[in-house]
Amino acid sequence: MSTPYYVSPEQIRQDKEDFVRRGIAQAKEVVVLEYRDGLLMVAENPRKTIYKISEIYDRIALAAAGRIAEYEALRVAGIRESEIKGFRYYREDVTAKWLTNLYSQHMGAVAQAWDAKPLEIELLVCEVGITGSETASGLQCNQIYHIAFDGIYSEEEKYAVIGGRATAITEMLEQRYTDGLEMPAALRLVMETFQNIEADTDTEDGYEIAPDTIEVACLEQTAERRRFRRLSTDEVTALLS
Amino acid sequence: MLDLTDYGTSNFFQILKRRHPELLAALHSSNAPSNATVTEASFHQYEGTTVLAVVYDAGVVMAGDRQATEGYQVGERRIQKVYPVDRHSAIAVAGAAGPCIEMAKLFQVEVEFYEKTEGMSLSLDGQANFLSHLVRANLGLAMQGLIVLPLFAGYDLKQQRGRIFKYDAVGGRYEEGDYYAIGSGGKDARATLKKRYSLGITHQTALEIAAEALWDAADEDIATGGPDLIRKIFPILYTITQEGVSEVPEATVEELYRELISRL
Repeated sequence: MSTPYYVSPEQIRQDKEDFVRRGIAQAKEVVVLEYRDGLLMVAENPRKTIYKISEIYDRIALAAAGRIAEYEALRVAGIRESEIKGFRYYREDVTAKWLTNLYSQHMGAVAQAWDAKPLEIELLVCEVGITGSETASGLQCNQIYHIAFDGIYSEEEKYAVIGGRATAITEMLEQRYTDGLEMPAALRLVMETFQNIEADTDTEDGYEIAPDTIEVACLEQTAERRRFRRLSTDEVTALLS
Repeated sequence: MLDLTDYGTSNFFQILKRRHPELLAALHSSNAPSNATVTEASFHQYEGTTVLAVVYDAGVVMAGDRQATEGYQVGERRIQKVYPVDRHSAIAVAGAAGPCIEMAKLFQVEVEFYEKTEGMSLSLDGQANFLSHLVRANLGLAMQGLIVLPLFAGYDLKQQRGRIFKYDAVGGRYEEGDYYAIGSGGKDARATLKKRYSLGITHQTALEIAAEALWDAADEDIATGGPDLIRKIFPILYTITQEGVSEVPEATVEELYRELISRL
């Protein structure tokens, strides 16, 4: 009988993290930021039908960077669990915080399993606040939760970025973001940030940021029950002009 | 814990049936006691309702009265019997109130669940067919008198017109071209619609004849509620067009009835 090699828990964790980082480093970014009427979500994504940002429930959206297939399974599971919870109790009882915990537990369990590959994705779970409540506090205001591959999550304020160059983009946003932006201004800010980061990253196959190479969606503080709205290329072009 | 094994089904009803059957108690035929007795009375006992739909040139109008009856008593004066389903469809229900409301809610969740997971809306025919399955699933309870009969209407984006579907207790689905009304006052409402309907009517005419049909149904059928001018309770009307589903404002409905009463 051969003696198994000993590998320290720290080493196992480090190996998994390195593995995921290499995957995520390739991933194009998604930015979520608060604007005057809700949350704006923008991703670098030239595809027409495969999305990185999607509707989960009345006030909740999910954005991801990394492997699309892994994101897709989590997206559908999130919609299903949300609908079941809303059907059992009440639609307003479905919250981003609850959903974040659900994802976090799942991703943590997969990352710790000795026989499974950790998920090569990062998620942003977003919830738009309740209409017209300027004094909204706690769970009534806009919420953005960032979940890492191992299920560790954090609460972000005003804006959040996931993807390979997230740190650099966050630094750019730190300098230029202001409160209460209107949607066209917020969209322009993200577009310019993407353009700057693409200019800084010297690659031969430069990614051109244009209305048809980005994916845009928003969660609006409207009276409508379903607050998620995807913006078409035409709408994006009109907003930018 | 997140269970990813259900991936691939866009059918919320199936998921609930398998994972949370307790949430479907009222709509699950296997829950019905096997010694169910069918009487003529039990089939008609709870049908205190008139709901109708009328096709007009740009879409369809759907309307329902507001009264629920409990035997010979008024059970509820402000009940809602017409519910929007997605952006281009609505369901109206007649029958036992509890299972009716549950079916409308489940149907709405189902259609939205499909739209979100698949990334596109379920076609109007797809919605109408799915509703057949829900009605059939309720057959066990229907045999005991807790019947749910829906009327389904919507704007078909492909065919560019308003469409109406009616159902029987075993889930049979039948399309009606112009108008239809169901419930205990359905026959009376249909009589009015038959006399007043003509092809290609305008939105205003559709609202007027829908209001008049409900008035006549309430006049003839004790289980259908008419407009209550003292409590300000009026029937609920929805308009469905290419632009979407919208509720007709209460003030407009009140005006329709004041005008109707002035002509009597």
